[in-house]
Amino acid sequence: MASPLLTIRGVETFYGKIQALKGIDLDVNEGEIVTLIGSNGAGKSTLMMTICGTPRCRTGSIRFGEADITQTPTHEIIRLGIAQSPEGRRIFPRMSVLENLQMGAAVTDPKYFDEDLARAFKTFPILEKRQSQRGGTLSGGEQQMLAIARALMARPRLLLLDEPSLGLAPLIVKQIFEVIRELNAKQGLTVFLVEQNAFHALKLAHRAYVMVNGRITMSGTGSQLLASPEIRAAYLEGGAH
Amino acid sequence: MALAPQPTQQGGARTAQTPTVPKGDQKRLLIDLLLTGLIASAIFGPIVGMNATAPQGGLVLEYRWAAVLWLVGIVVVGRLLLHLLVWNRPDWVKPIHIKRLGAGLAGLGLVSLLLGLFVVKAPWFDAAGVFGLIAGAWFYISSSNETAAERGAPSPLANAIEPLGKYVGVALLLIAIALPFIPGVDRRIVDLAILMLTYVMLGWGLNIVVGLAGLLDLGYVAFYAVGAYAYALLSTIYFPLWFGDGITPWAFWLVLPLAGLFAACWGLILGFPVLRLRGDYLAIVTLAFGEIIRLILINWYDFTGGPNGISDVPRPSFFGIPFTNDENGFAATFGLTYSPLQRIIFLYYVILMLALITNFVTMRLRKLPIGRAWEALREDEIACRSLGINTTNTKLTAFAIGAMFGGFAGSFFATRQGFVSPESFVFMESAIILAIVVLGGLGSQIGVVVAAIVVIGAFELFRELNFLKAIMWEGFDPTQYRMLAVGVAMVLIMRWRPRGLVTKRDPSIYLKEKKAVSADLVAQGHG
Repeated sequence: MASPLLTIRGVETFYGKIQALKGIDLDVNEGEIVTLIGSNGAGKSTLMMTICGTPRCRTGSIRFGEADITQTPTHEIIRLGIAQSPEGRRIFPRMSVLENLQMGAAVTDPKYFDEDLARAFKTFPILEKRQSQRGGTLSGGEQQMLAIARALMARPRLLLLDEPSLGLAPLIVKQIFEVIRELNAKQGLTVFLVEQNAFHALKLAHRAYVMVNGRITMSGTGSQLLASPEIRAAYLEGGAH
Repeated sequence: MALAPQPTQQGGARTAQTPTVPKGDQKRLLIDLLLTGLIASAIFGPIVGMNATAPQGGLVLEYRWAAVLWLVGIVVVGRLLLHLLVWNRPDWVKPIHIKRLGAGLAGLGLVSLLLGLFVVKAPWFDAAGVFGLIAGAWFYISSSNETAAERGAPSPLANAIEPLGKYVGVALLLIAIALPFIPGVDRRIVDLAILMLTYVMLGWGLNIVVGLAGLLDLGYVAFYAVGAYAYALLSTIYFPLWFGDGITPWAFWLVLPLAGLFAACWGLILGFPVLRLRGDYLAIVTLAFGEIIRLILINWYDFTGGPNGISDVPRPSFFGIPFTNDENGFAATFGLTYSPLQRIIFLYYVILMLALITNFVTMRLRKLPIGRAWEALREDEIACRSLGINTTNTKLTAFAIGAMFGGFAGSFFATRQGFVSPESFVFMESAIILAIVVLGGLGSQIGVVVAAIVVIGAFELFRELNFLKAIMWEGFDPTQYRMLAVGVAMVLIMRWRPRGLVTKRDPSIYLKEKKAVSADLVAQGHG
């Protein structure tokens, strides 16, 4: 658990003159689920996008494993083994479920495709039933599963999940978080999860960071933060779960 | 009245058509008609009512108020009929009545048309026949769709057409191959077919950029121009200069790949600056690009001949054997009697082959990772990048390959015409090609064929409508109204089939069985 997979040091990102990230230090270790919680506009998604290289950070460094990916082109970063399930799912609505999954495998060797597809269908059995349906005709929860499955098709070492619970019914959120837990526990997948749904995220995560206005204000294990009075006041007792 | 198969959609269309005037409210009906008349006169007054002519000694404004009155009258009466018969139909009129009325009208129209054409030879019969047919078909289709919608079933028309889709492609291909040898096909028809195939090819080429990659390109004619000028310049000036005159019969086959290459390079040149643009902004830049190429062709007099163009572009040869009436010619070599039609038929097969190659390559590319990356790029660029797809390369290849086929078509255009000038590469051409792609259904290969036949065929049809001359006013020229008619046709198609004529899309991969994609998930009206 100790070896760091993703190391972020002093990252500052700007949108024009507006500074979105004000010096972020963050680690994700091999085999962990790490979550980043925070309110709207705190910069969570910006950090997620900065890891993938759009937008670029102005200062600071991002390391993935041995490689410095601060200036690596986005599509090369994905090839190194970071897969992202972006905010709002962003599946391809007019392509079939199967085609969506195939797009996820764009960076992998075609010989793994059948095996990966079988695993994706095993993880999310509903997708197998829906495989020849348009992505856009799926329900919100199914679309989220498709987005995660698509990201997994790239055989990532690190999975970035940006708000997988966005706009989903509580029951579906529970299911999806259960799947994330299993992926981590059974396949040893490292997950970096950005969430507004703090309660579920903290329960799931090994470690967690709290972001406010582009800065990391707190960090600790999931259970530590769940117990912390500030977190409870700010994120949990407003009925976020 | 919507032809879309989804009942829910029809429900939407229905509510949009709820009558503006409640039943039996004479006063509001009158006000509505008055407003209609006002709007109609505001539109027709300046456009139809005033005609600026330039007889000797300056500009004179002529007034044609009678024509305006007629048109406004037609609009108001039409609206009244809509109110009484369609929106506020009396209860005792059932859809089945309308259906029968439609069938009857269409039948009468057909009889009248045939009478007019073969027996009486009176233009009035033709006109009444055409009108009856159209009106009858309209009533028939709308009422049968309505009865279907009441049952919550897809419209019978859609039901009847969709299964035929599979065979349309094969049938069209067979007809296309046999066309020059079908009895009764003369030079005019083969010429028209060549023109249609040129647009089919251009449409397929543009379909890669607009339909698959989702990059709205309004300057596609630029690549067509590059291909045409590449052939014209190389074959008239540079090839004879470099290799001697003996090369000329082979020029077309040598330049064809070069022209494609040049056009592809220009596709890249256009692609680089617009990498970050999408949608409207991309459309503006590509529009400008098309104009820039045309302006360069006009103004670079030393190189391109400016507005005079380049004439005496070599005609194609049968792989080195010219189509001439002497002992070295095609006819003599193969022991045939000479006919000028031979060259036309050869040209026809060349463009058919080129178009089929375009189609084949596109279909293959769609199955390759690059083709799917294009489609994914059209859907969501950010998602594409998050999946590790190099969007820069993906866009550039789409531009380059689309442009390449435009270049091939341009090269063919130059050898067919024997003459190129900037006049042939105006924005209108880009617009027609784009119209063909959009009307056909973005990304649909067979749709492009159907749309090209409809659009180009409609253009040519207007030369044939001589009977209209007899019933319209003095000096009426149907060809002047063809753009208007195409515009009307576009509005109607977009009203009834907003996603294009052919809207189904087959997934490029599937596990067990191939399932067609419902029309509702195919792109609607935007690039």
